[in-house]
Amino acid sequence: MHSLNLVIIRNSLGQVGFTVIVIVLASAAIEAVLYVALKVILKNKYALPVMLLAPAAVGLIMLVVYPVFYEFKIAFSNMSLRHFKNPSYGLGRGWDNLKLIFTQPVLKQVMFFPLLLRTILWTAIQISFHVSLGLGLAILLNRPMKLRGLYRTILIIPWAIPQVIAALTWRGEFQYQYGFINIMLRDIGLAAIQWKSDPFWNFVAMNITNIWLGVPFMMIILLGGLQSISSEYYEAAEIDGASGWDRFKSITLPMLSPVMAPAVILGTIWTFNNFNIPFFINENELETSDILVTALFRAAFQYNRYGFAAAFAFVIFLVLFIFAVLYMRATGGLKGVYEK
Amino acid sequence: MNSNNGYTVHARSKKRSFFYRAKGDSPFKRILIHLVLVLACVIAIYPVLRILSVSLRPGDRLLSTSLAIIPQDASLGNYREVLFDKNFFLWLWNSLIITITTAVIGVILASTSAYAFSRWRFPGRGPGLVFLLTTQMIPAAMLMIPIYILAARLHLINTYKGLIFAYSVSSIPFSIWILKGYYDTIPVELDEAAMIDGVSKLASFYRIILPLSTPAMAIVFLFNFMTAWNDFLLARIMLQRETMYTWTLGLQSLQGQFQTEWGAYSAASILIAIPVMALFLFSSKWLISGLTLGSVKG
Repeated sequence: MHSLNLVIIRNSLGQVGFTVIVIVLASAAIEAVLYVALKVILKNKYALPVMLLAPAAVGLIMLVVYPVFYEFKIAFSNMSLRHFKNPSYGLGRGWDNLKLIFTQPVLKQVMFFPLLLRTILWTAIQISFHVSLGLGLAILLNRPMKLRGLYRTILIIPWAIPQVIAALTWRGEFQYQYGFINIMLRDIGLAAIQWKSDPFWNFVAMNITNIWLGVPFMMIILLGGLQSISSEYYEAAEIDGASGWDRFKSITLPMLSPVMAPAVILGTIWTFNNFNIPFFINENELETSDILVTALFRAAFQYNRYGFAAAFAFVIFLVLFIFAVLYMRATGGLKGVYEK
Repeated sequence: MNSNNGYTVHARSKKRSFFYRAKGDSPFKRILIHLVLVLACVIAIYPVLRILSVSLRPGDRLLSTSLAIIPQDASLGNYREVLFDKNFFLWLWNSLIITITTAVIGVILASTSAYAFSRWRFPGRGPGLVFLLTTQMIPAAMLMIPIYILAARLHLINTYKGLIFAYSVSSIPFSIWILKGYYDTIPVELDEAAMIDGVSKLASFYRIILPLSTPAMAIVFLFNFMTAWNDFLLARIMLQRETMYTWTLGLQSLQGQFQTEWGAYSAASILIAIPVMALFLFSSKWLISGLTLGSVKG
């Protein structure tokens, strides 16, 4: 029991103040060096933008670039809890790690390819539900009617609630005896479900939770897209005698795609990398409910196989990267970067 | 919507409607649409109401198969327990001090970088922007491994330093994208006019661009704040001592593997979720416009 007291407050303020001062001083030093080097000595015309970028760039290099290279190095080692201080490095170690990923269980039982398939299945289920339910609700909300604002506000609540609270709460509600889903199932005379110990139902539980969480984001983005479609298209289509479905197919969907394409790719990456939901819902640590990123977390922090996990991480990143490149090739999603 | 201006709003929004022939809808169809929306709202809000319901139950009836939202013998005992017998304020303090510091640092770093990306065509600009996008694809769990090992080697475990630094940097790429998108909408002529008046490029940034982009800065501040405030993974790895727990770790500790303190957990969740949700709903219009701006331009 440690309640909040003055000692803790003073100590934490001191630590935070020190951190801020260190960051400010470090930025000032970087700026001074750059100013002298670029502006005074080289007289480079890009001195100012480089100086503006420098602090963020240094931060990103320290927190993203360097760790990724360091992780690449760890991937070629046998680092584990036992070999934490003095791991041995070598190409052979890296090859061994890579071989282990595909030939041995990644955790205790589950192999890589079933895990990959499950992750793809999870992502596909999530994206199709998010987009179809989100689009359906967005279309309904885009009509003039009473209570529209109220509906919209209530419907974004799952997005507004902190994800950790949502995940922990759903996990509680999947409890066999006292969770509301099982109570309702019993009330209508059905058998209660073992959400936590049955692999199939645990996977379903994960999916239910994340559908609940993810629909509002897609709904709001698509609603914004729908509102930007000019009504003239629909008027013209009506004169041509197009049916409701025809208008949806040849006006709404194509006009929505500039909004939908980035939302879908963002959603896919977030779902593929979703850690909280599979991690929290899977309370009994069923390996059958792990997706790639939770398996990665457990390989590293539960089994402490750092070298192996580092190699595993690069395999996961490669899978995602290939998908993203293929997707952007198909939709031209990166065009905007170079044009502006 | 009151009946006075209801007509004009109604007429205007009808023009933009997807079903242009909305006025021709039969009452049956309209009722059906409302039914679907009401059902969706119930599904959206019911789990949240359940937390409220459990938090109001007296201690001896926490485990109950009742589905009533407000229990008959509602009590605030769980709230008293959380506020006085748990480390609730300590968790909140830790979360707040870390989150506010990182959000401020994050906004400052991102705003200057976004200005450089928006106003100069320096070599490496395109690859730089693509790099920022690529960082968004790296699974958080992937970065945790080297960050944990490096933090352990540098003795940053169980310190505010490590977390503040990691959080401030981690939302920079997204913030830069949003701010750059916003700066792009501010005409360059404004900068140039200021420079004719003898103001330097840097001064035109903080005299013209910064004041004009306060809405975008607010969005980015909120994003940074929410990301750090709601994070679990990094906190879980970096903080092991209980006095350092942020609220996400604290809440998880109430929901132990074998014994869940349901009452305290629910009361704490309500106390944390209500302000966050209020802030989110209140700012949702700006948040969403910022999101679409960032993502559509990307």
